[in-house]
Amino acid sequence: MTKPEYEWTWKEIPVGNVILEPGNASQYRTGDWKTLKPVLNKELCVHCGLCYIYCPDMAYNLNEEDYYIVDLYYCKGCGICAKECPTGAISMVLEKEEE
Amino acid sequence: MGKRVGMEVSIAAAEAVKQCNVDVISAYPITPQTHIVEHLSELVANGELDAEFFCVESEHSALSVCVGASAAGARAFTCTSSQGLALMSEITYIASGLRLPILMILANRTLSAPLSIWNDHSDAMMIRDCGWIQFFVENGQEVYDHVFISYRLGEDRQVLFPVIINMDGFILSHVIEPIELIEQEKIDQFLPPYEPLYRLHPDRPITMGAFALPSIFAETKKAQEVALRSSYPKILEVWEAFGKMTGRYYHPVETYKAEDAETLILTMGSIGETASVAVDMMRKEGRPVGLVRLRLWRPFPFEALRQATLHAKNLIVIDRCVSVGGPGGPVASEVRSALYGEDKKPFIYNFVAGISGRDVSPSDFMKMVDRAEIEIEEGKRDGYEIYGVRE
Repeated sequence: MTKPEYEWTWKEIPVGNVILEPGNASQYRTGDWKTLKPVLNKELCVHCGLCYIYCPDMAYNLNEEDYYIVDLYYCKGCGICAKECPTGAISMVLEKEEE
Repeated sequence: MGKRVGMEVSIAAAEAVKQCNVDVISAYPITPQTHIVEHLSELVANGELDAEFFCVESEHSALSVCVGASAAGARAFTCTSSQGLALMSEITYIASGLRLPILMILANRTLSAPLSIWNDHSDAMMIRDCGWIQFFVENGQEVYDHVFISYRLGEDRQVLFPVIINMDGFILSHVIEPIELIEQEKIDQFLPPYEPLYRLHPDRPITMGAFALPSIFAETKKAQEVALRSSYPKILEVWEAFGKMTGRYYHPVETYKAEDAETLILTMGSIGETASVAVDMMRKEGRPVGLVRLRLWRPFPFEALRQATLHAKNLIVIDRCVSVGGPGGPVASEVRSALYGEDKKPFIYNFVAGISGRDVSPSDFMKMVDRAEIEIEEGKRDGYEIYGVRE
């Protein structure tokens, strides 16, 4: 998709609502579903990657310093990462309104 | 001119499907549609038709198979009635939303309860808004002809919609009629091979049937609605081309002795032939009665209906389905809507007649005309009655 779905007019939609460009689900911002967001305390993190493995939305990615960092564009705030983190390095905190 | 033979209408329908050289047939047997599917399975088993015949476990699967086949670029056919259509109904909306040109013959039968196998239009009305092009045919020849018309129409790049041919169960499906068969060479010219606009193919991956967020769903429905309405001129065009080939011309609204009629009867389906006999009988008595037959149900032919009816004083709409607790029968309700904005329009009287196979004879039509004319004269403006019910 060349533009977000809320900008498409009815005349631009392909016949049968076919999606011609594979993989466009990556444009779907599921991050705005959440009320709580995961915050990582790097002091406690042991780089085990369980947050990355358990995340149902594949929102975690490894950064250059070997920390798994959540992408808030996709994170739905489910809290599984915080629940599974063996050292309690991830806490769920209320998203601020301006975010 | 093709060969004229006596054959059961269901067999003629199946032969037409064969002549269209379909790729996939998927259906589940249900009375009174059974003979069509039986004959097609024989044709496939005998090697007379090179197609995949899917024996599925339900009608829901029958249409689902057609959706999958059509999405992959195949010419697909299914056929059902009544409860079978009810089970299939979920997929009818999907086929039209995906714009897949499947053909379904609906041998119209009453919906249960009480359980009944006989004919009326309650099954067709259940899926009135499913987004398919919907024809109501009157006799066996029209069933046969509309199989070719439907595929050519549905598969047109400017249309791309599934099509339903409504034919009255038993009254048509099980009756032997003279059918003029069309030579295969002519069919091959009339109906080119199906060239899908989009299809599922590993070389060019696309997504069909994706979900739509509230932010785009309304746009998709408007696109579908405009496309179905815009198929109207194409329908006329295909009918015209078919007429040139066979000499049989079809129209969305057909009239019989209607031009100078004060009272018009409006029908859909095979009951129109009986009504035309009644019109002849009343004309002999010097009564200015005429007939309007609605052949195209979706897209609804608003303008053609107005042209055919506005001059009349009375319009008697015959419904073959009860809209329980609603504004009369579904056909009458739509006819009223179509005429409501007009300054000069006929008074509409609505009879529900012939539900679940109850015979409606020419004399019944004469009684209905009598009653409607008298009651309208007496000032009744919203006449509605289930005709012939014992009090």
